Amino acid sequence: MELYLGVSLIMFFAGVYGFLSRRSMLMILISIELMLNAADINFVTFNRYLFPGQLEGFYFALFTIAIAACETAVAIAIIINIYRNLSSVEVGNLDQMKE
Amino acid sequence: MAVTSKRIIRSATYLLFVLLATAGLYLLLGYNYLFAVQIAVYAGGVMVLFIFAILLTNKPGENVKTELPVRRVVAGATAVAGLAFCAHIIYWNIKKVTELVEQADITPQQLGHSLMGTDKYQYLLPFETISILLLACIVGAIMIARRR
Repeated sequence: MELYLGVSLIMFFAGVYGFLSRRSMLMILISIELMLNAADINFVTFNRYLFPGQLEGFYFALFTIAIAACETAVAIAIIINIYRNLSSVEVGNLDQMKE
Repeated sequence: MAVTSKRIIRSATYLLFVLLATAGLYLLLGYNYLFAVQIAVYAGGVMVLFIFAILLTNKPGENVKTELPVRRVVAGATAVAGLAFCAHIIYWNIKKVTELVEQADITPQQLGHSLMGTDKYQYLLPFETISILLLACIVGAIMIARRR
């Protein structure tokens, strides 16, 4: 169990590092995906080890995957729209949206 | 590596491998259905969206920039500190539960019944909510990305 938790821990904090240190919005989105995946692994691991007969964590992971897919679709649509307006996907340039 | 690569398309490929490895972990834990869903949704749908978006928004041959070195050091310190903290918590609390209990495979009948009921431990309402949310997301994404 600690191996699964360790994998998801490393994955989550790799996502945190990428989220804080990259400038492109697509890289930030990739980091968010990493963090969501780490959370999914945690749900499934705890469900499997602590409550082996039940399926709550299983369904939670299932619904989380669906929500992550939605969120990615909308975020990528927004990013493409921003790129069309500003021809750049860096977060530092976002304050030009006001003009 | 998915977060440190210079080329964005390479980091997307690394992300694909991470997602496949996550699916493998689900398989190791005995949840075959979640394995299939992970492969189909993430490795199929989300990665195609990512690569599409990268090809649309990236100029060829251009590396993605990172933040200033100060920001990168701060980000690394935050990540390492959080990792150490959580690893400490996990390490000191892990001794209580470690046995892997055998469990039977989840049959598709069981899965369908618990997705389609409204009793306790049945999940019709979240299922329908997710379907409405997916519909709203598709319509919203088309509306946002539409060329005016």
